[in-house]
Amino acid sequence: MSPVDGPGVSNPNLPVDPALVEGRVPDRVPEQVPELHEVDCPPDLKEHIETLMGRYPDRKSASIPALWAVQRLYGWCTPEGIRQAAAVMRVTPAYLESVASFYDLLHTEPVGTHKVAVCTNISCWMRGADELLEAFRSAAGGDEDIFVTGFECLGACDIAPMVSIDERYFGPLEAAEAETAIEQLRTGKDVLPEKALEKRPLAGDAGSTGGVPRAGDADA
Amino acid sequence: MQMPETRVLLKHAEDPELRTLAGYKRYDGYGALEKAYRQMEAEEVLKELEDSGLRGRGGAGFSMGKKASFLPRGEMQKYLCCNADESEPGAFKDRELMQRNPHQLIEGIAIAALAADAGHAFIFIRGEYDLQADILDAAVAEAYEAGYLGENILGTRRDLELVVHRGAGAYICGEETALLDALEGKRGNPRLKPPFPAVQGLYGGPTLINNVETLSNVPRIVAHGAEWFRGFGTEQSPGTKVVSVSGCVQRPGNYEVELGVPTRELIYELAGGPGGGREVKAFYPGGSSSPVLTAEEGLDLPYSFEDMAAAGSMLGSGSIIVADDSVSIPHMALRTARFYHHESCGKCTPCREGTNWTVKMLERMVHGEATPMDLDIVASVQENIIGHCLCVLGDSMAMPVGAMVRKFRGEFEQVMAEAGTAVAA
Repeated sequence: MSPVDGPGVSNPNLPVDPALVEGRVPDRVPEQVPELHEVDCPPDLKEHIETLMGRYPDRKSASIPALWAVQRLYGWCTPEGIRQAAAVMRVTPAYLESVASFYDLLHTEPVGTHKVAVCTNISCWMRGADELLEAFRSAAGGDEDIFVTGFECLGACDIAPMVSIDERYFGPLEAAEAETAIEQLRTGKDVLPEKALEKRPLAGDAGSTGGVPRAGDADA
Repeated sequence: MQMPETRVLLKHAEDPELRTLAGYKRYDGYGALEKAYRQMEAEEVLKELEDSGLRGRGGAGFSMGKKASFLPRGEMQKYLCCNADESEPGAFKDRELMQRNPHQLIEGIAIAALAADAGHAFIFIRGEYDLQADILDAAVAEAYEAGYLGENILGTRRDLELVVHRGAGAYICGEETALLDALEGKRGNPRLKPPFPAVQGLYGGPTLINNVETLSNVPRIVAHGAEWFRGFGTEQSPGTKVVSVSGCVQRPGNYEVELGVPTRELIYELAGGPGGGREVKAFYPGGSSSPVLTAEEGLDLPYSFEDMAAAGSMLGSGSIIVADDSVSIPHMALRTARFYHHESCGKCTPCREGTNWTVKMLERMVHGEATPMDLDIVASVQENIIGHCLCVLGDSMAMPVGAMVRKFRGEFEQVMAEAGTAVAA
């Protein structure tokens, strides 16, 4: 057999190209599905993930919701948290890690408590998103508790330029409002209450901000 | 005289109570579900949907009824997935529909599940739409409580489980087979087709996948009939459309209009046009993946599936992004390409490498580091992506970027020259 099948095993007298062996021998046992007693999973987390698994015909479908639960608990998808979820779900930690690393909203490295995502896509860019992102970065000023990032389209081009702060949408914003928003975050106040997407009327009903009259709704 | 909206899906949407079950029922909510489950056979519901000519509102514009009819009959477990992973730049209509009228969607799902004989349904909503997912969770709980979901719906022998599943941030999951992989708990990579999801989809079972707006149309079609629905829109594009208008307009937002209205009126009258003495230079008629149309090409076209296709573009998800004469097209092309580069899942080489090199070349152009031949290379890269991947993510960059290079070549050359590249005449 060739040395590739097992360097140094098939015929110890044959020369072996070091490039084939160095760094390629597993230096530890492959990680298995962890047992629950090995991971010290908080009972609430375990129960929550079990409920999630029960919602799907196949338990693996709960992997994204389970990672969300881990992230909510620890702030990000910590290696320990992933091992805990893996033990409950009976999958390998590597499997959950592969899922977590695919998605933008799941963090496999520590991030701040507050997440500020400024949309920098086409419609927001046209209306000043780059300046807004810069304003948020400088307002946060290296504060590790506030994680400011540019983000691809958040689906709110009607309030461009906009930002998602702790999973709620705000816009349209002036660059100067970044300072206010960060200050409100730091002091635990309601963030930009006037700019919350939730409070906006339909564009056609906006009235004083420039809505258009509607001649008649369809009968249905 | 301003053009009015024609609100069908957004009717009563100004009422904040509409999102509750009690509010929805005040406007005859769940009447169509009662009709479908108590008085109609699954085949009749399916026929009504096919006859209505309702076309998918997620991008492809395929007949919803026909898609549902592709599912095989028989005892096997079938699934219905509502695609609420709205992530295409420019699109924000599903967000509005879910936020303001979640029960309309749930009723549509329950009726479509009856037509497709699906016992399990999922709403796959993008993780960023946290507010909307909370609203859906509350509405689904109310619907279970009232007996519109769960076991023995309305006392019939039909069951339906509905789960709201939050994604975690990946545009590719809007592609239907990637959505299935994500729902199965994997990385969201597209699958090879065929087999199509209608035959072998979620957990290997036949699966119907429809967009939020498509399913939101279902209750009224069942309540009022296919003929009523065909009274709106055009022959080939029946119904109304919630159009997201954004970019360089004074009143960006969602406007519901009959399909086939003049595009100019949508942009200038409803959305207020660019304002400030500016003119429309170009626009994406159907989200960032649709080939841009110049103002001359596109403003006077009826806004319908067939007219946008005839003009070499597409209606897509029905999202107009307007660029006025102050917008630099090469910079817009770069912004577009960056998005697709970031979102490419990396499975297919033409998309993974093509989006990467397109971004690099466009960056070189605007930074004055390009060579004169880069423009032709960019154009040829786009041509070599289209049709060569498992899904259309790469095409979605290639089509608009290709169109921009083709239609605004002079502006690209000007930007390159100003940035310091000698461009051959």
